[in-house]
Amino acid sequence: MRPDNSVVLVHSTSHAIKAEKLMRRAGIDCKLIPVPRKLSSDCGICIRFAARDKSRAALVLAKGGIETEGIHDLAR
Amino acid sequence: MYIFVAGVILRAIVRGGESAGSRHMNTHLVYLDNAATSWPKPPDVAEAMTRFLAEVGANPGRAGHRLANESARIVYDTREAVAALFNAGDPLRVVFTRNATEAINLALKGLLDKGDHAVTTGVEHNSVMRPLRALQERGVELSVASCSPHGFVDPDAVAKAVKPGTRLIAVTHASNVVGSIAPVREIGTIARGKGLCLLIDAAQTAGALDIDMQRDNIDLLAFTGHKSLYGPMGTGGLVFGPRIDISRIEPLTRGGTGSRSEQETQPAFAPDKYESGTPNVVGLAGLLAGVRWVRARGVEHIRRNEMVLTQQCIDGLRAIDGVTVYGGLDAARQTATVSFCVAGVSVSELGLALDEDFGILCRVGLHCAPVAHRTMGTFPGGTVRFSMGAFNTKRDIDAALSAVARLAVGAGA
Ligand SMILES: Cc1ncc(COP(=O)(O)O)c(C=O)c1O
Repeated sequence: MRPDNSVVLVHSTSHAIKAEKLMRRAGIDCKLIPVPRKLSSDCGICIRFAARDKSRAALVLAKGGIETEGIHDLAR
Repeated sequence: MYIFVAGVILRAIVRGGESAGSRHMNTHLVYLDNAATSWPKPPDVAEAMTRFLAEVGANPGRAGHRLANESARIVYDTREAVAALFNAGDPLRVVFTRNATEAINLALKGLLDKGDHAVTTGVEHNSVMRPLRALQERGVELSVASCSPHGFVDPDAVAKAVKPGTRLIAVTHASNVVGSIAPVREIGTIARGKGLCLLIDAAQTAGALDIDMQRDNIDLLAFTGHKSLYGPMGTGGLVFGPRIDISRIEPLTRGGTGSRSEQETQPAFAPDKYESGTPNVVGLAGLLAGVRWVRARGVEHIRRNEMVLTQQCIDGLRAIDGVTVYGGLDAARQTATVSFCVAGVSVSELGLALDEDFGILCRVGLHCAPVAHRTMGTFPGGTVRFSMGAFNTKRDIDAALSAVARLAVGAGA
């Protein structure tokens, strides 16, 4: 089974908004969603994007100084 | 400004407004109390706040639904606009507070421990002096570098006050009493050279003067939203420069942040470490509009106009018999704040007459800065303070000057 979507978890809402901006600016389609409970018990938000953009997203976030708490595939 | 004020009064009358409103019906109100808070605000500010309440409204980052995310975006955009205005670097190191006072308290109490030594100056506002005096009682050592009688900080005096154990230099960018501008760049160089933190109280200058945290080696910048950034009251913040290790700065409050909810301890990262509880997003929406307005108009442009009015005010007051004007008397070295006294009449009487008889609104007394008045020799009587903003005109200053001239003659000066 190939995952369609990935999510990146970050420290806080502020980090999520910054990440969203960086990714959109880089042309990566993405959306803020609540953190899936199976990934974390945190009640915050994370960024969902197409799995094919995974390596690009990781690069963009690293360049923008965003420390991530992991990029996960969302199995359908 | 006249039309704006007339609009307010008209509304009061249409609503059957009280006498306080209609009494001023034919009076041209001149608001010269911008150092206390700027007024009027650009219309964009109220519009942005109304839009937030009517169309967004949600708690930022507590839920993840579209309105919560929109609310969080407004907060983040405000961090970004503030960081850009001060050349601060990372927007996530802009921490919002209720005002400059809370930001200064956070910086001082968060950083200083028993046994540390701090240096401040003889023109500080009580928002710096009172927390420092309280810390002194708990074992922090304090030196107050003396200033010139015109209210100017002497960088040599600051450098001389530094000793082993000094951790922080806290300086107001400009006096709220006489407007005197501190040599921030020189003090930044001193702080950097000795490896100390520099805290700048930019309550009077954020939006009014060019501020560049990186160029000037400012480590901690406390600002308020409701003065020269033209935002609403209840907004302000502390900006952490890149040299500050936030693991060494304690928060003032702890609580819910919407992040790390599984933990019973405070998150260790900025901004969440310092921003517990629901933020003032309606205020920040207004602040964002204010900062955007300032950036669109240009700090330089606003400053040029204010300098013209300030020099007009200084020169006009000095030409009136019996009037003493304090400070450097040079608009290029001060903000749009002018302090003066009239011989033979107390400042409180002057303030009342200016308001009641002439519709000139200003602030008299000690301006929450007793040490500054001691420095100038105007303690405890205080001064009358005229402070201009982006909406004042030459005509406003003309009106204020002729009112002072009439009161000075009346006082037999
Ligand atoms: C120099 C100075 N510092 C600090 C403050 C405090 O600002 P706020 O009242 O917004 O906390 C003010 C103004 O009141 C001020 O003029």
